[in-house]
Amino acid sequence: MGNFKSTFSSTLGKKLIMALTGLFLCTFLIVHLVGNLQIFSHDGGKAFNEYSYFMTHFPPIKIISYLLYASIIIHAVYALILTLHNQKARPVKYAVYEGGKNASWSSRNMGILGTVLLIFIVTHMANFWFKYHNDMVPFVEYRTSLQTGETTVKEIPASEFRDFVKYVDNGVEIVRAKDLYQQVSYAFQNVWLVILYVVAMAAMGFHLYHGFWSAFQTFGWDHKKYMPIVSFLGVWVFAVLIPLGFAAMPLYVYFTK
Amino acid sequence: MSKHMNLTIKVWRQKNVQDKGGFKTYKADNIADDMSFLEMLDVVNEGLTKKGEDPIHFDHDCREGICGMCSLYINGRPHGPKTAITTCQLHMRSFNDGETITIEPWRSGAFPVIKDLAVDRTAFDRIQQAGGYVSVNTGGIPDANEIPVPKPIADEAFNSATCIGCGACVAACKNGSAMLFVSAKISQMALLPQGQQERYQRAQAMVNQMDTEGFGSCTNTGACEVECPKEISLTNIARMNREYFTAKFFKEEEMH
Repeated sequence: MGNFKSTFSSTLGKKLIMALTGLFLCTFLIVHLVGNLQIFSHDGGKAFNEYSYFMTHFPPIKIISYLLYASIIIHAVYALILTLHNQKARPVKYAVYEGGKNASWSSRNMGILGTVLLIFIVTHMANFWFKYHNDMVPFVEYRTSLQTGETTVKEIPASEFRDFVKYVDNGVEIVRAKDLYQQVSYAFQNVWLVILYVVAMAAMGFHLYHGFWSAFQTFGWDHKKYMPIVSFLGVWVFAVLIPLGFAAMPLYVYFTK
Repeated sequence: MSKHMNLTIKVWRQKNVQDKGGFKTYKADNIADDMSFLEMLDVVNEGLTKKGEDPIHFDHDCREGICGMCSLYINGRPHGPKTAITTCQLHMRSFNDGETITIEPWRSGAFPVIKDLAVDRTAFDRIQQAGGYVSVNTGGIPDANEIPVPKPIADEAFNSATCIGCGACVAACKNGSAMLFVSAKISQMALLPQGQQERYQRAQAMVNQMDTEGFGSCTNTGACEVECPKEISLTNIARMNREYFTAKFFKEEEMH
């Protein structure tokens, strides 16, 4: 154990923690984006609400979600520890500093970008995660006729809602769920929140533009043949595609609802 | 014919380690554009000496770009505006007539200022002493090519070995990290057969010493690679990480 302690308290070990938690958060983004795409389906939020019930109640996913919260906190805390350590490594600053001449803007501003993301995550969780877990969202009932496939959507009062149910009664499929979809629609009427989301996704793009390949460099997984693939994924998937996908959601809701 | 120019230089002056120090401005007049940057400072120093003032202290030795002794943080970049050269190989034609040039020492807690622009880089020596060597028993001269080394590996090891330990990587890094230097020294031996016996012990010991000296932690900005006069690549840092983590997680029994 002493060996592990000394490893993770070294500068390299702390970098390893940053890389491990950062990459884990990257993989989460894929799952989160794919799941959230259901926001675009025209079913009154049925698929989205069933999905959010599944994500909050399926035990393996619950375990992963706790790992996720821990990763966010560890990533932020270690970033702070490393930044303070790095500032101490240069007690007297330069009078003239031309950082842009030898390093990318993203790589020099990971801390600022990360802070924007942390503010975003707190807002995001307060708006949806917290309200969902504390029954501060509306409740909804979907009745789908199994013959015609037609669905009717009805908001139900909190007094009638006990727990998520899904059953078939007389050829009608009935689903009662917390209406997170409605909460999303409601939240994104606020133009400032939409702006925060778009700005945060831009910050995420720049953060991952440097962060994704950087994690591989820290692991020491550097190879002439494979590094170009990692760089390509980092730029086009994690810095462009995923942030664009996420940013599209508040914009879509704001302009269509 | 060489052109001549008049310059203003803002130089960091500091009496000793304890002194707070500050900038002083000097005129550097009638400077030939064929002069090296250090020769320009020589001219300024001659003027200061004639006036009875203390000349500007700066490190230099070979003035051929191979010893790693010259430093200087010029206009916000180590070794000045050009890449892949040391300050002694920087010529005044890289500057314009009438320009103001700001000259600072390497800034790092691990490189305390001795005087003016000269810093104490013995932290690098201590990192080397921690493991940057191979233990060989002296004896008869071995035959050439007795131990075969593939050409690409030999080339890569040679590239790492070109590090002159000037400290520009530390000076360039926004975190004051020495990882490019340490990784080059670890790499050059990790790649060759002669370095295998102490391979994992070396990686661990040198990283430990680097941390003890108080250097910062790498954030992979790549500034070091751009500013390195010998073009040591970031690949070395990835290799060092690999060596260190392998040592720590899997090779404990090979370390002492």
